[in-house]
Amino acid sequence: MLSLRGITKTFPGVLANDHVTLEVRSGEVHALLGENGAGKTTLMSILYGIHQPDAGEIRLRGRRVHIRSPRDAIGLGIGMVPQHFLLIRRHTVAENIALGLPGERFVRPARRIEPRVRELGARYGLAVDPRAAIWQLSPSEQQRVEILKALIRGAQALILDEPTSVLTPQEVRGLFDVLRRMKQEGHAVIFISHKLDEVTEIADRVTVLRRGRVVATLPIAETDKRSLARLMVGRDVEFQVRKAPRTPDGDALVADNLVVLSDRGLPALRGISFSVRRGEILGIAGIAGNGQRELVEVITGLRPARSGRVRLLDHEVTNLSARALHEAGVAHIPEDRMLMGIVPAMSVAENLVLKQYRYPPFSRGPVIDRQAIAQFARRMIAEYEIVTPGSDVPARLLSGGNIQKLILSRELSGRPEVIVASHPTAGLDVSATEQIHTVLLQRRQRGAAILLVSEDLDEILALADRIGVLFSGEIVGIVSGAEADRERLGLMMTGQRV
Amino acid sequence: MITEWILDTLIRALAVGTPLLWAALGEIYAERSGVINLGVEGMMILGAFFAFAVAHTSGNPALGLLVAGVVGGASALLHAFLSVTLRANQYVSGLALAMFGLGLAGVLGRGWEGIPLLNTLPEISGLTYLGVVLAVVLWFVLYHTRLGLVIRSTGEAPAAADALGVNVARVRYLAVVFGGILAGIAGGFFSVAYRPSWTEGMTGGTGWIAIAIVIFAGWDPLRAVWGALLFGALYYLSFRLQTWIAPEALRMLPFAFTIVALAATSRRRRGEGAPEALGLPYASGEK
Ligand SMILES: Nc1ncnc2c1ncn2[C@@H]1O[C@H](COP(=O)(O)OP(=O)(O)OP(=O)(O)O)[C@@H](O)[C@H]1O
Ligand SMILES: [Mg+2]
Repeated sequence: MLSLRGITKTFPGVLANDHVTLEVRSGEVHALLGENGAGKTTLMSILYGIHQPDAGEIRLRGRRVHIRSPRDAIGLGIGMVPQHFLLIRRHTVAENIALGLPGERFVRPARRIEPRVRELGARYGLAVDPRAAIWQLSPSEQQRVEILKALIRGAQALILDEPTSVLTPQEVRGLFDVLRRMKQEGHAVIFISHKLDEVTEIADRVTVLRRGRVVATLPIAETDKRSLARLMVGRDVEFQVRKAPRTPDGDALVADNLVVLSDRGLPALRGISFSVRRGEILGIAGIAGNGQRELVEVITGLRPARSGRVRLLDHEVTNLSARALHEAGVAHIPEDRMLMGIVPAMSVAENLVLKQYRYPPFSRGPVIDRQAIAQFARRMIAEYEIVTPGSDVPARLLSGGNIQKLILSRELSGRPEVIVASHPTAGLDVSATEQIHTVLLQRRQRGAAILLVSEDLDEILALADRIGVLFSGEIVGIVSGAEADRERLGLMMTGQRV
Repeated sequence: MITEWILDTLIRALAVGTPLLWAALGEIYAERSGVINLGVEGMMILGAFFAFAVAHTSGNPALGLLVAGVVGGASALLHAFLSVTLRANQYVSGLALAMFGLGLAGVLGRGWEGIPLLNTLPEISGLTYLGVVLAVVLWFVLYHTRLGLVIRSTGEAPAAADALGVNVARVRYLAVVFGGILAGIAGGFFSVAYRPSWTEGMTGGTGWIAIAIVIFAGWDPLRAVWGALLFGALYYLSFRLQTWIAPEALRMLPFAFTIVALAATSRRRRGEGAPEALGLPYASGEK
């Protein structure tokens, strides 16, 4: 149905796509695999008219087409759910969906589509309040909006760029039902994911990219997780990081009866208490929007507590500023890495010293020492294997995985006592995930207290020593990592005490 | 005596408020699409000169206003070309347009000074009422129509609008030119109605006040009506009180109040405030 032939695209300093050929049939889910920076998003942006290829052609049902803009793509029945959401934060859900929708009436277009949004949402399990503003929504809710945007435009071919990275296991299942339905109706689905389990479950065929080149296109039946991983990174990958036993020491972080309000002014945390000990990872599981964001923000000094207390190594730190908390030894790996993790327009090196630039050796008095910063940046880039054309390119040009490695290296370079990690491996490829898990476990070994907030149950089960489940602003229960299983956690995530 | 004084002030506030409102409404649309145009003063003074020249030669002040609108739109086109197509710095381009307009009008206007205009428009004319109607219409269009949604989206997140097939450049061109047309007409009002004559620099900084009104009004056309009235009154008072207070101090009044108003309105809740992509050039596909 859709074929890309010999697509080549270079960006300054990077060959993002190198003669890529990809055939997608109607009625199939075609997975696109590859490490961070392999060129998947670039290829899809070309198909959606955001980028123009340097060479190569696109054919749709045998006919050569020129896709010069997203408008052309939409007109040809191609829809995309992008990796970095393209939503208007201050507008409502309905306004975002109605924007540019052909055939909408002139007056009050957003009001008009509200029922359709609700109906589609109910049908596909993508429920979202059409009148809520985007900035009030969690990433997973925002993604529902993106999916609805494409569905409502009746896309024949739908590109999903890492759609599952912000979904809970239940939501992933729901999405797969949607994709299966689309398949039956003859749609073509291009599915990008780093989670090999998902790929083997939903995809019919898979194409693997490495450094911009196609290394293989295979029917899913003829391959398995292990060989896919090998194709992607060119070596064997450990899926399950080894976790050494460690007896935790005393309490490092204690939350006592915390009450925190959400952006809308409603209670997001209703008096929760927990503690994280040195040398321990406390996992916080739960469906997005149950208070995770507020929890992370109150502990990292980005949101005030209404009442209750936070203690850090026996010091009262409730409602201290983000910088004071950082200096007290709290590292923050934020959930929205583009928005909170980096300054996109600043260089990789500058981003690496964002939290330390004011101290020696990076500055002497008021003067910043560029040389010391560049040297430090080179060391970090090597140590954390950050793939970048150089330390002086703007950080926004890095791929998602490499941005995350950048943040991690910056946050962990100060030897923090407490690490608050929010969805640390969302969107990362298998080897980067492996790397980050290894780093977190190393820190645990060395006595850091780690609060790991994640929607990825496998990640929590693999890393956490104890697991707390958040539901509706309360901790439903805390279970030991050894005793927890997916079923039980899944029930707790819906608010049942088991 | 005192009621008369107040009534008089009110009427004069309405009179000066009229061009302020027109110019501010135009600027609101430009800024809502993501383009800041600091050249309002320049577009207004060009409008003022051409309106006067045309009204004088043809004897028809309405025709003068029409031409003023065209001239304002044409000069805004220049700004749109620089800031949208060439992606130049919008602030610099706008400031250049302000200087350029003032200079060009000064050169062209030599020899036109001191000539009285026979056919004039009344100070409180259809333009005042039309301005209020326009504000309501523009408010409705902005918040309750497809077109308004497209304009707002372009100013908030051009990449998102682009991905849904909105032609960001075209929207921005249209909004900027529309803003220029209104600014030109606003300028024309000075030379054919408010003070029917031509003097160099006769718009007297009202273009800058219009930009302040935009911010004061929170980019909302309806609230701009109140802003224009308030600043119109201040502007008038700065002349009226000259008998008692030093004129130099008074002339600062509207501008000093601009600073106060900006300080007071800067603490807005999330969801209000300037369009997020205001002043940022956009190119498709750039990371
Ligand atoms: N607009 C751009 N300008 C310059 N370089 C870019 C641009 N977009 C992507 N790149 C570079 O091209 C390469 C491929 O990036 P791309 O985003 O396609 O990777 P990806 O496979 O989607 O990775 P990830 O899994 O992290 O999303 C990367 O090295 C990236 O830094
Ligand atoms: Mg990508």
